[in-house]
Amino acid sequence: MSETKKTTIVLFSGDYDKAMAAYIIANGAAAYDHEVTIFHTFWGLNALRKAESMEVKKGFMEKLFGKMMPRGVDKMGLSKMNFAGFGPKMIKKVMKKHNAMSLPNLMEMAQEQEVKLVACTMTMDLLGLQKEELLDDIEYAGVAAYLGDAEDGNVNLFI
Amino acid sequence: MDVTKVIDAKGLACPMPIVRTKKAMNDLESGQILEVHATDKGAKSDLSAWAKSGGHELLKDTEENDVLKFWIKKG
Repeated sequence: MSETKKTTIVLFSGDYDKAMAAYIIANGAAAYDHEVTIFHTFWGLNALRKAESMEVKKGFMEKLFGKMMPRGVDKMGLSKMNFAGFGPKMIKKVMKKHNAMSLPNLMEMAQEQEVKLVACTMTMDLLGLQKEELLDDIEYAGVAAYLGDAEDGNVNLFI
Repeated sequence: MDVTKVIDAKGLACPMPIVRTKKAMNDLESGQILEVHATDKGAKSDLSAWAKSGGHELLKDTEENDVLKFWIKKG
């Protein structure tokens, strides 16, 4: 086998279905023995949020953002047919029926397969998200770190 | 065929069959054979592409009663 290949994914979206696509590709790429990075920015950062509410100091706007955005992947809506939250319930039911892995499980599997999860620090500031609110064992970086991975990436996606 | 390990990925959906196969393959030595059972209809394309990319050899595959079976030799 040749040297390790790389896959990088920018997860910009905070939709359940799009995040699911990102994590399925990430797990597949890890099974292909690629070094995989998912760079979470903007709404995609919500995938990294812990489910429980944290005691952190925040300004008014940050608090508001924090309240309005989903805490973790399980609370995300769908990009189509969300039906005020009924859509995700339906899709989760269908996924169970077809034995597809849930998004929280896909994330766990990705971490098990050593997929590197990165949070974009600039957008964390914009949305008022703090390290304490995000999962442990993730990395923090900016555009240069992403490009460092992406410039020798074999697969680079923006979702 | 001298099969070293069999994995049952029946009923599992994408990307699980390939993730399981990869995990099982890690425990094998070069030249040993892994047998994979799956029901995901994409498994044939997935496993042949995966084996090719990883330098493994897909020796044989069969389909019986919607169960797909694959024999892959580790490269």
